[in-house]
Order: sequence, then C-alpha cells, then structure tokens
Amino acid sequence: MKSGSNLEKVLSKGEFALTGECGPPRGADVDVIRKKAGHLRGYVDAVNVTDNQTSIVRMSSIGASKVLIDLGLEPVMQMVCRDRNRIAIQSDVFGAYALGIRNMLCLSGDHQSFGNQKDAKNVYDIDSIQLVNVVYTMREEGKLLGGDEIEGKPSMFIGAAENPFGDPFDFRPIRLAKKVAAGVDFIQTQCIYNMPKFREFMKRVVDMGLTEKCHVMAGITPLKSLPMAKYMATKVSGIDIPKEILDRMEGVEKKKRAEEGIKLAIEQIQEVRQIPGVHGVHLMAIEWEERVPEIAKGAGLHPRPTLE
Amino acid sequence: MIVGERKPLEEIIDSLEGARKVLVAGCGTCVAVCMAGGEKEVGMLAAELSMAARLRGLEIDVTQATAQRQCDREYLETLREQVKGRDAVVSMACGIGVQYMALHYEPLRVVPGINTDFMGANLGIGEWVEYCQSCGDCLLAETGGICPIARCSKSLLNGPCGGSSGGKCEISKDTDCAWQLIYDRMAKLGRTDRLARYRPPKVWKTSRDGGPRRLVREDQKA
Amino acid sequence: MGDASKAGHEPKIIAFACEYCSYTAADLAGSMRLAYPASVRIVKVPCTGRADAIMILKALEEGADAVFVSGCQPGDCHFLKGNARAKAMVPGVKRMLAEIGLHPDRVEFFHVAASQAQRWVEVVEEMTSRARRLGPNPLRTGGGPEYGPAAGSGGGEGDRPAEKGSAS
Repeated sequence: MKSGSNLEKVLSKGEFALTGECGPPRGADVDVIRKKAGHLRGYVDAVNVTDNQTSIVRMSSIGASKVLIDLGLEPVMQMVCRDRNRIAIQSDVFGAYALGIRNMLCLSGDHQSFGNQKDAKNVYDIDSIQLVNVVYTMREEGKLLGGDEIEGKPSMFIGAAENPFGDPFDFRPIRLAKKVAAGVDFIQTQCIYNMPKFREFMKRVVDMGLTEKCHVMAGITPLKSLPMAKYMATKVSGIDIPKEILDRMEGVEKKKRAEEGIKLAIEQIQEVRQIPGVHGVHLMAIEWEERVPEIAKGAGLHPRPTLE
Repeated sequence: MIVGERKPLEEIIDSLEGARKVLVAGCGTCVAVCMAGGEKEVGMLAAELSMAARLRGLEIDVTQATAQRQCDREYLETLREQVKGRDAVVSMACGIGVQYMALHYEPLRVVPGINTDFMGANLGIGEWVEYCQSCGDCLLAETGGICPIARCSKSLLNGPCGGSSGGKCEISKDTDCAWQLIYDRMAKLGRTDRLARYRPPKVWKTSRDGGPRRLVREDQKA
Repeated sequence: MGDASKAGHEPKIIAFACEYCSYTAADLAGSMRLAYPASVRIVKVPCTGRADAIMILKALEEGADAVFVSGCQPGDCHFLKGNARAKAMVPGVKRMLAEIGLHPDRVEFFHVAASQAQRWVEVVEEMTSRARRLGPNPLRTGGGPEYGPAAGSGGGEGDRPAEKGSAS
C-alpha cells in the first residue's frame, strides 16, 4: 500500500472502482458541500474535489477536501498547475497530507481566460507530468525538488487525467506512458461519448503495457439536456460527442431527456466495464449529484466494497 | 522583432497634461517595421495631437523627429537639438526606448506613445505572432524549432494538455496549439521519439522570474 | 450648433483623385459641361495607393472641411492594388478623426471610373452636402470637438457616420 486510501485498496484488490465528483462552492458556504456529500455517501469509493475548475474561483480543493473528510467521505484532491508555483505546490501537498487527504489528481488546469479572473497572472511553473513526478519523489524518496530532505513523507495515491479525445490522437497514449514513467498510480479520463475512439485508445494503452502499471478509470458524465449536450459538444475543449448521441437525445421528447441521459450513462458504464484495462469509472454528475445513487445501482455498482 | 501598437490618442493626451511644447520622437527600427512608431507614424500622431489639442482649446506646439534607434545612446544623442526647449516627449519607441530616452535626457518628461506587446515574427502584412519569451535558456533544439514556453498558453514542457483540439489551443480558435505544431514538426524531422522523454521542471531563474536581467560581456569591454 | 454658422457656407473640399480614372472622370464632367458645386480642389495622384493617411490628416489640419479619395473601380487599378489599399486605409483615418474630435463623415473613399462623369458629380455633391451639414471644420473656426467623448454631448446632429460609405 502506498497511501492506504480506500480508493487505492479498491483498485489494488481488483474491484471495479467508482468515484464521484464534488465541485466546491463559489464561496465559503460549507452547506453546499454537505448537501452534495449527502447524495454521494455510500455510493462511491472516493470523491474528486475540483480545483478552481474553468478558472472560476471556488473554495480551495484542500479546504473542501478536509470538509469532506469531516463528513465521512474520502476525497481525491485535484491540484492544478495554473495558480501555484513549485513552492506553494509542494507546501500544499504537505498540508493536504497533514489534514488526512490521501488521493491527489495532478492537472495542468484550464487556462484562466475561461473564468472570472481573466486579468490574473498565470503561473504554470511546472506542468501536470512534472507535478506527478514531484509528488512521486516526495513519497518514494522523501525529497523536494532540488533534493532537500523532507520531514515526513506525504504518501499520496497519485492520479492524473488523460484525454483520449484530444489531439494529436496518436500522441495521447505516449503521453499516458510519460505519466506512468513519472510515477502515476491511476488515471481518470475526460468524459467519454465516442466509444469506438475510446476503445482504440484503450487498445493502444493495453498494448503498451501501461495498464499493468496504472489503473485507468473511464470518465462518464450523464447528459441532463439537449442544450447541455450541444454546449459540451461545441464549446468545451477536448469533448467529443458523436452525432448519434446528440440525435438520440433530440429524438426523445424534452421532458424525458434527463431520463434518457441517465439511461445512456448506465449503458456507457456497462460498456466500459467490458473494455480490457478499464479498472473503474469516474462519474461526473456535476450539479446532478442526486442521480448518482440510481446510476450506481442501475450499473450494478452498488453496494460499494468495504475493505480493511 | 519587438512588436507594438499605437496607444489610444486620449491616453497620450492625458499623459501630456500640462505640457505646452511636445516632441513626438520616433524610432526607425522594430516599431517602424511593425508600423507603430516609425517616421510615418510620428507624422500621423503629430497631426492628430495638433488637431486634437486645437479642438480642445489646448495650446500645444508639436514637433517631430525620428532616431535610428532609441536603445543606444549614440542614436538618442542625435535628437538633442529637437529635444531642446521641449516640455515633454512622446516616445514612439518600445518600452526600452522610452526609458532610455527618459534617462538620457533626464529630467525631461518622456511618455510612451505605443504599447510594447511582444517579441514576434511577421507572418505577413499586418500580422505578427509572439514567438519568444526570452527565457534565457533556449530549448528550441529539443522541440523542432517551436517554442513551448512562448507559444503554448500554459508553457508546458510535456504537452499537449487535454484541451488541444483540431490543432488549436483551448483558449481560442485563433491560437495554434504549440504542442500540435511541435508534434507535426518532429514527425517531419523523424524525431517524435524524443517527445516521449520526460522533461523536468524548467529553470526559470534565467528568465524574468529570477529578477531583472543584466548581461556583461567582459570580452567586449575594452 | 446653430444653423447660422452653416448658412451660405461654401465648403472647401480636397479630393485625391487618381490620374487613370477619377481625375479623367472629373475632366470629362468638365467637357460635358455638367454643373456641380465649386467646392472641390483636386489633387491628382498617379494612383490612390499614393494617398496616405498623413495627407488626409494634413488637409484637415490645414482647414479642409472634407477630404475624399477617389480611385478606380475594384479590379481596374492600373497599379493592381492601389485602390484597394487606399480603400482599406480610409476607415482607419475615420477612427483617428473620431479620437481627435472631428466627424468621421468628413473623410470618404469612392470608386469612380474614367467614363463615369456623372458619378463624379454625384460624389462631389455627396461630400459637399456632408460638409454643409457638418459645418466648417472647427479647426478653421476655432470651435471645439464636434465628435466623440471630448464633444461632451457625445456628438451632435448627424453624429452617426453616413450609411452609404465608400460606395462604388
């Protein structure tokens, strides 16, 4: 065991893992987290806490992760490279560990031009792959960047993201290999709608032997409505929604579309479960956390394993 | 070269508050090439200032002069006659020239006539793109001659990020994804295997992050 | 902006006309004895591509009430792209005028072919009418800004640039 986290246990025991997501509030209101936690508790192995996603200022992922721990859930603390230099990053990893956080997801971070602080200074001192390596080196060698010894190793379970649908497609599995070489333990993918493309990606990843070294979790986001689907298809970078899916949503009458989205998500989960190399699902029911229980049950992923 | 753009007239007029005799001083190098602060642009700004001043009932006498460069004292010195008796100078040079002029002719008030934008290449008439961030530790040999520090929005060394799509950066359809460009170039060079190597964190010490930089060439100082 | 200042005001208009087309059209209008306002002084240029933003600004600075650039029809420029360059330059000058405090309508670009004597007359009439509407160049009369934020009321009557811009 590296971190001893519940997520690590589930994955290393070969159980199909299920993680959820909790976006922190756009302020200091802890009740927002409490409500979301209420829906997720008991249905997922761990909960991702986003880090100022799309550059919109929210409660810090460290703070929100601690709140989740106090509410009895296990967080996966996301950390982006956009806002912090290596000093703050390494410092925050120490702090996160001290507060009981055991899972981390290392990301580059959406550019600030997306958010509500467009005039800010960029940081991007290091990138996501370097961040993986920084945390790995802290855990395995007890050293900071530059070589100084650490007083107390933060033994994190290290995650990263990969986008099977980003360009250049041929380079994506190679980039995943770089993350594995840098020390990553698990990967969560960007949400999947283009199943054939995802299969092709996984095939390459398996062929490269990467799934023996890290756990890949498939990202699934249930579609709430047609405008949401269209928005994601056209305005959100890195998301690939095939026409058949948009047509399917459109083909159902408006008030039944949410149900269709849930149905589709369940089908997708069942489908990715069959793909070699996929060790779990990361379910991003953003601002729709109340539907997680039925999706988990519908996909046969309830109850969650309780492991020592 | 350094690329800049003329500041809005109102901003320049504001910064000249109180001045009666103004010299518009141009620079014949980078800013002339990007048509922001050369002799022609000096002529235009001088005319605009004169007219705007008259319409606003401001008594401003505007004169013009252009030096070959404003970042070398020998060239700044050529403006000495034109500078005499002036209350203020609008320097149309880049930020370097404005500052050096202010130093050379201290305590003369020197205000900027342009915004210095970036160091870039000329893609074609009227179009320039940022190519270099003067990080002080050039890694172009490793990326096929395309700089990820300057041209990747996130300055990634192990890019691309998940937001690269159709060869474009997530921030705008007008911004190329530098890592797509690097990948394509390295493919043409038959060297994509090099992109599979982990690149450790950049040493930012040599860039502006390490503090304002200074270069002394002992071999040149006789 | 009282009408008294505009009544009976014969505008002073400068035209940069290209030798190959517009100047010829003006000549032709003369030979055809077409009547039109005597407001325009023509500056013959080998091509409107020679006409520069600074020339237009200078003309206005010296007190011209309006300035226009008249060149060949699209595709007919003797020097290939001169008329296109001049046409692209004029909107920039209009923006400069707005910043300075002069009305952008005082400057325009037109296409007039060598045979279009009547079109030349129309163009002169259009610019004369604009110059009369806007009144004399405030730089000549010692007036204040007539356009933009510096004009206070945010421009007076006719403060929208004319709908028909550089018409063919």
